[in-house]
Amino acid sequence: MGYQIIQCGDSSSFPYSHAFLEAASEQGDSLVLIGRDAGSGWLESAAASESAVFVAIELGMECLGEHIGEDDGPANAVGFARFRLGDDEPTKLVELVKKPYTDDSAIQAARAAFEAAGLVVAVCNDFPGRIINRLVRPYYNAALRRLDEGLASAADMDKTLCLGLGYPEGPISLLNRTGLHHHYAVTQALYEALGQEPYAPARRARVAWVRHNRENT
Amino acid sequence: MSGIKTVGVVGSGTMGTGIAIVAVRAGFRTIVLDTREDALEHARGQAAAFLAKSVARGKLKEGRDVELMQQWKGTTSMRDMAECDVVIEAVFEDLKVKHDLFSKLDEICPEHTLFASNTSTISITEIAGGSGRPDRLAGMHFCLPAQLMKLVEMSAGLTTSEETFSTLWRFCEAMGQKPVRTRDTPGFILNYFLIPWHNDVINMIDQGVADPADIDIAVKTALGYPLGPLELLDMVGMDTQKLLSEAMHGLTNEPRAACPPLVKRMIGAGTLGRKTGAGFHTYESNKIFGA
Repeated sequence: MGYQIIQCGDSSSFPYSHAFLEAASEQGDSLVLIGRDAGSGWLESAAASESAVFVAIELGMECLGEHIGEDDGPANAVGFARFRLGDDEPTKLVELVKKPYTDDSAIQAARAAFEAAGLVVAVCNDFPGRIINRLVRPYYNAALRRLDEGLASAADMDKTLCLGLGYPEGPISLLNRTGLHHHYAVTQALYEALGQEPYAPARRARVAWVRHNRENT
Repeated sequence: MSGIKTVGVVGSGTMGTGIAIVAVRAGFRTIVLDTREDALEHARGQAAAFLAKSVARGKLKEGRDVELMQQWKGTTSMRDMAECDVVIEAVFEDLKVKHDLFSKLDEICPEHTLFASNTSTISITEIAGGSGRPDRLAGMHFCLPAQLMKLVEMSAGLTTSEETFSTLWRFCEAMGQKPVRTRDTPGFILNYFLIPWHNDVINMIDQGVADPADIDIAVKTALGYPLGPLELLDMVGMDTQKLLSEAMHGLTNEPRAACPPLVKRMIGAGTLGRKTGAGFHTYESNKIFGA
């Protein structure tokens, strides 16, 4: 057992050293492709990966099916991404993406590899936004819109959600701290993928995106 | 606090009992009104058990629980509410039911008695409009379980006087709670966000995005929430989620507030959540918080 790492550009999931990377071995019988071009990397190494126990391909906002096919594809391939919010460090959560044709043995082997490095795995099917982004972006947009509408002050809105639900940080504080422009980029991509109004970026996010781009060009 | 000495709580369900515990624990004489004797007995038993446990945990002095329970009175007679300086209703979420209740209280209670509604979805202005004293009613929405959760969403209706609101605000603080001011809009803050969020999660399961256990693990790990959304929904119950969704959707036409089809199927299957032993997860115990 074991896995090899194939670096395909900068990785959002593993931007620097991590126990998962350190545990990799050149003799590993599985492949983990990390980096923003991991999907292209898989296409280039598809023949070599046929005999692997599992092949894990790092995903950005795209679906796994874009790389390995929708209705038919390699049964040993999974997608993955560590969830991170804007400028925050990646969390321990690994969203492990499977297709209907993915072998359970590949899923379990990939899960074991990530968990051995102290990460927490949640398995999901191949949908835009996977689990967390699909859930939180409409909520964040609603919070930003309601702030505009004067439901309560930002502090009171955050305080209510923290006290009422035990959240460690309220949505407004969280988005401002981690970069509201990042929220725009993610929710805009989901809006295009899903075509659903709750994903349409809130005004404040759009403003943050415009200002960020102006200040960085 | 000066002025308010006796607190009335109407309804001895889970929420009403929790609010009454908060009031009596803060030293207010507390009168709990319900139409059923057995419900009142159950509420008294739960309050006594909760306060006894607080003693056992060192949060109250030895014997204080017994002293506090001497300040607790259960009654089926609305006439007893004439003794109250504040009456908080925690009855069924129905505008007519609340109007009928407050109209009767208005005839019985002295002029100075302030009214508060624990509604989570209905407009405070609308409730106040049929209460007989529209200037002396405000929203005080406690969180479940009220005896453990400090947050109270407070909202003034269009007709609520500033004096009423500030008096109830100070009363809320005197009970040891943490009030937050919100506008009188459907769901205030908490339910405005929570009901659609829960519906999104339920729809995600129905769409086959992920299984309940994976969603709960993902949310707790990525966002640091103490409970997964489906664990929380199992506590809320599918029947309650349906009622909340229908109330919110009826008021806002917000698509995300619409009751998901899966909720109705689960109600049909009898898998309401913790109270039936199964919802999105399965359970061996259905004890309530703090009991």
